[in-house]
Amino acid sequence: MTIEIQRVTRSFGGHVAVNDVSLTIGDGSLTALLGPSGSGKSTLLRIVAGLEVPDGGTVVIGGREVTRLKPQDRGIGFVFQHYAAFKHMTVYENIAFGMKIRRRPKKEVRDRVNELLKLVQLEGFAERYPSQLSGGQRQRMALARSLAIEPEVLLLDEPFGALDAKVRRELRTWLRHLHDDMHVTTVIVTHDQEEAMDIADEVVIMDHGVVQQVGQPRDVYEHPANEFVMGFLGPVNEVDGGLVRPHDLEISESPLDGAAEAHVERIVHLGFEVRVEIVRADGWKLWAQLTRDEVETLGLQPGQLVWVRSRRARTFEDDPRADPVPTQA
Amino acid sequence: MRPRRRTTSGDALSTGIITAILGCVVLLPLSAVVWSATKDGTDSFTRALSNPQAIDALKFTLGAAAIVALVSAVTGTAVAWVLVRDRFRGRALLDAVIDIPFALPTIVAGLTLLALYGPKSPVGINIAFTQASVVAALLFVTFPFVVRAVQPVLIELDREMEEAASSLGASPSTILRRIILPNLLPAILTGTGLAFAKAIGEFGSVVLISGNVPFDTEVASVYIFGLIESDDASGAAAVSTVLLAISVVVLAGIDVLRRRSTR
Repeated sequence: MTIEIQRVTRSFGGHVAVNDVSLTIGDGSLTALLGPSGSGKSTLLRIVAGLEVPDGGTVVIGGREVTRLKPQDRGIGFVFQHYAAFKHMTVYENIAFGMKIRRRPKKEVRDRVNELLKLVQLEGFAERYPSQLSGGQRQRMALARSLAIEPEVLLLDEPFGALDAKVRRELRTWLRHLHDDMHVTTVIVTHDQEEAMDIADEVVIMDHGVVQQVGQPRDVYEHPANEFVMGFLGPVNEVDGGLVRPHDLEISESPLDGAAEAHVERIVHLGFEVRVEIVRADGWKLWAQLTRDEVETLGLQPGQLVWVRSRRARTFEDDPRADPVPTQA
Repeated sequence: MRPRRRTTSGDALSTGIITAILGCVVLLPLSAVVWSATKDGTDSFTRALSNPQAIDALKFTLGAAAIVALVSAVTGTAVAWVLVRDRFRGRALLDAVIDIPFALPTIVAGLTLLALYGPKSPVGINIAFTQASVVAALLFVTFPFVVRAVQPVLIELDREMEEAASSLGASPSTILRRIILPNLLPAILTGTGLAFAKAIGEFGSVVLISGNVPFDTEVASVYIFGLIESDDASGAAAVSTVLLAISVVVLAGIDVLRRRSTR
């Protein structure tokens, strides 16, 4: 179902968490709300779920206005960062909860729960309690629980945020496949740009309670709308009043057109990727992202004299944001 | 499956100290009671307990304590809920006031209750020397148990569980019944058990307001006091042993229930 968010605002005390946000999320899509903490992404998600009531604006889901509707009347699946497992119930009872309170026939409940246990790869764990599961298993249980009510919309609030990096990558790939099989309109909140780019059809980048840019992962990366988006989606160097990605810096042993003289300060090997920290002759510090092979071909050594130029720099002259450029070095 | 820890010498020392303290402070006086109740043989024990006045006092005490425990379970949980979940002026003050029945000497509580609910009641309620007065006094002195047992659990209770239940279609009353109460149950049971155990042994707050009418408002502890006053130490010990046994059984039973519900 399509989710239409129209001019939604929500403040907590004096702090405006969501500021006049309008956004349409397409039917059956997987959308990521991406932003730093405090950007308002979780609040926006909770407003869609009915867990927060907006101060102003409307939320329409599948053509039905739900702004003031209680969460229990929305039929939305919601997955929390810290699982929100029902500690006093077994895995089976957790997943069955939504159906039991809807007084579905016992057999139907049993069949559906077993089907879901299979789907989330927790067969054999039905009689366990959440405290006996790992974080990844708990989150899969929570997902199965939210899917049991056959929601038209699935909302996930930093679902993998409490898991370690490896489990996190596995689960998000798995979630993407799950989504492709089910076509439930899915919104996932994350502060991890890699996760958002990896999983989502469309990325909504938020900051300070405002949507900064909406687009497909590749589009927003290639054509960031402002300095914030560019800085948030990946590391940047500040050069000559513009921003350049470290992988867009070209390093040469001999002079090039438009290249500045610099010397290599430090070389950091990160496996396939190599970080080359350089200082231009004018004292400006930069770092370039090269592959292992490129560094070998160039034969780079610390202290070496090189020439550096940017292949693709961006300037945002009309950027209304007064904030300094957030560089991630 | 908790791995068995090997006992180190430090563990042995602390276990020893704890056992010694527990023994001197708790177990020794308890065994003394049982010993003095049985030292004159089982005859005097059964005689003391077949006295109709003793039986009546015990029955009344247990009945009143049961009522008090149940009322306390409900009101204590409700008060804990309000203290944790509601924000209102004077909440901190109310929170501090809860402990007054613990802090106040029970005889002072008895005096206060007599002044409030006695013949010269400023609020026009005179229940002195009735069974109701015993229940009122016991309610007062046992009030903090359930509140203080439930409050920390409620503070720690994961609010997202309630939000999750709500997103799954549960109404507030369903959430209360199926999510909140099951999670509070161990704490409620603990508080209720303690309140009950305190109520069956309560003396100070009851002795003034109840009037100690035999076969009516006389509670077991006051009856025991009477036996000692009339030099029947072994009879007193016999009745005390019954109270002790009931306390132990109730607390053990509560513990079993609590473990079962925490699983």
